Amino acid sequence: MSKKQPKLEARDLNAYYGDFHALKNINIAMEEKNVTAFIGPSGCGKSTFLRLFNRMNDYIDGFKVEGNILLDGNDIYQKDVRVDELRKQVGMVFQKPNPFPKTIFENVVYGLRIQGIKNKAVLEETAERSLRDAALWDEVKDNLNKSALALSGGQQQRLCIARALAISPSVILMDEPASALDPISTAKIEELIYELKNDYTIVIVTHNMQQAGRVSDYTAFFYMGELVEFNKTKTMFTSPKDERTQNYITGRFG
Amino acid sequence: MTNSEKNRLKDKAFQVFGIFCTFIGLVVLGIFLFDIILEGAKRIDWDFLVSLPSRRASRAGILTAWVGTIWILLLTTIIAFPLGVSAGVYLEEYAKKTKLANFLEINISNLAGVPSIIYGLLGLEIFVRQMRLGSSLLAGALTLSLLILPIIIVTTREAIKAVPRSIRDGSFALGASKWQTVWHQVLPASFGGILTGIILALSRAVGEAAPLIVIGALAYVPFTPSSPLDEFTVLPIQIFNWTSRPQEAFLTNAAAAIIILLIITFMLNGIAVYLRNRQQKKIKW
Repeated sequence: MSKKQPKLEARDLNAYYGDFHALKNINIAMEEKNVTAFIGPSGCGKSTFLRLFNRMNDYIDGFKVEGNILLDGNDIYQKDVRVDELRKQVGMVFQKPNPFPKTIFENVVYGLRIQGIKNKAVLEETAERSLRDAALWDEVKDNLNKSALALSGGQQQRLCIARALAISPSVILMDEPASALDPISTAKIEELIYELKNDYTIVIVTHNMQQAGRVSDYTAFFYMGELVEFNKTKTMFTSPKDERTQNYITGRFG
Repeated sequence: MTNSEKNRLKDKAFQVFGIFCTFIGLVVLGIFLFDIILEGAKRIDWDFLVSLPSRRASRAGILTAWVGTIWILLLTTIIAFPLGVSAGVYLEEYAKKTKLANFLEINISNLAGVPSIIYGLLGLEIFVRQMRLGSSLLAGALTLSLLILPIIIVTTREAIKAVPRSIRDGSFALGASKWQTVWHQVLPASFGGILTGIILALSRAVGEAAPLIVIGALAYVPFTPSSPLDEFTVLPIQIFNWTSRPQEAFLTNAAAAIIILLIITFMLNGIAVYLRNRQQKKIKW
C-alpha cells in the first residue's frame, strides 16, 4: 500500500447487534479513486461493514460500534460529526433499486432539494450532469417528468446511482448493486463503475466472484465477522494466502 | 364415499354456507334501505332541507341538523387530523421500541374499543364544564375527535408501515433528516391510506348521537349555528328525537332524515374507496 492518506479507514473496529458480535477487530485502509470489493458468504458482516461508512446502521436498535472509522483521516463516529454532512460526501446505492415514487427529475435532484437548493438552472444542470455520468441521460432525456417507477430495473438502478452522484460525493458505497438485475443491465452497471472510479472512491459489496474480479482493484474477504484477507484483486484471485479465501473464491463454500 | 369425494363435498358445503353468511348482511341492509326509502322518500323535498324544526311534523325540517352535522364534520377534521396523524407518525417513525412505547400502543388500541358514551361523559366534564365551552359545536367536535383519534392513529401507522424501508434508506443516504424523510417521502407515499382512514373515522363520527346527547346537544335548535361556540344539533340527534315521538308523521320525518344521513355516510365512504383505489393504482412497490 502507498503511504499517502487513505480515503477510508477502519481501525480496531468491532460492531454488535445486541449480543451478537457482527464485526471482529477489523483494520483496513482504502485508497482514493480505487474500487474495493467486499466479498464473503451471506451473514459474514460485509454489508454491515459497508453501512458503517455512511452510518446507515445508526437507526438499528441495539447496534453498537467500537473502534474508529475514518474518512480522509477524520473519525466519522465522533459526537460533533453531522450525519447529513457525512452523507453528502459518502453516497450509497442499495441492493434493490429504490427509486422514490416521484418523477425521474425529482429523484435525481432530491438530494439538492433537501439541502434547500431551489434554483431551477442549478437543478436542471445537475440533473443532466448526473444522468450523463450514470449513463442514463440518452434513455430518459425526453421523459424527465415521467414516474421513475416506470423505468426498467437496470434503468432504476442507474437512476439511483445518478441520484447519489447529484450531491457530488467523493465516496460511493454499493451494496450488491447488480444482484437484482439481468446480465445486460449488470454489464452496464459494471462499465459504469469502471468509469466512475476516475472521480470517485468506490466500495462495492458483491456475491459475484467474477464481478469482483472484473470491477475491483482491491478485494477484501470477510468470513464470520472477520476480515480474513485484503489484497490487490489480481493477487488475491491468483494466489490467496488464506485457505478460507481460496476455498471461497474457488466455490467450495458460500 | 371416498375421501376425496368427502373433501369435495365439504368444500361445496362451506361454499354454500359462505354465500349464505355473506348475503345475510346484504339482505338485512337491503330490507332496511327499502323500508326507510319507502317510508321517507316522499317526505324529502327542498322545504324539508331548508326548514327549521317545528312542533308540527309537516312543517318541520332538518336545516339545523344537517348544517350542524357539516359543522361538526369540519371542526372534528380540523382537530383530529393533525393530532392523529402526528401521533401516528411519532409512534411509527420516532418512538424507540421501549416498554413505554409498547404500553402506549396497547392503550391506543384499547381506546378504540371504549364505548362512545364514555367519551361523551369525558367531554361533558372536560370540555363543557372545566373548559366552560358549554354545549357548543366546539365541545362536540372535541369530544368526537377524542372518539376517532385512536382510529386515525392506528390507520396512519398502518399506512406508514406500508412504505418500504428501502425508500427511507434511500432518503437518509442522500443526507435527509428524519423529518425531511417523513415529509418528502413517507407522508406523500402513505397519504392515500391515511386519508382513507380519516374519512372512515369521520363517517363513524357523523353517525354518533350518544356522546353528543351526553354533552348536552339539543334536539330543538331554532337557528343554524354561525360560530363554533354556538349550540347545535346534528342529524342523528334529530332522528333520535323524532323516532321517540308518538305521532306517525314524525316517524316519516325520521325516515327522511335517515336517508339524508345515509347519503352523507355513503358519500364519505365512496370518497374513501376512490382514494384507496387511486393510491393503489399510482404506487406499486
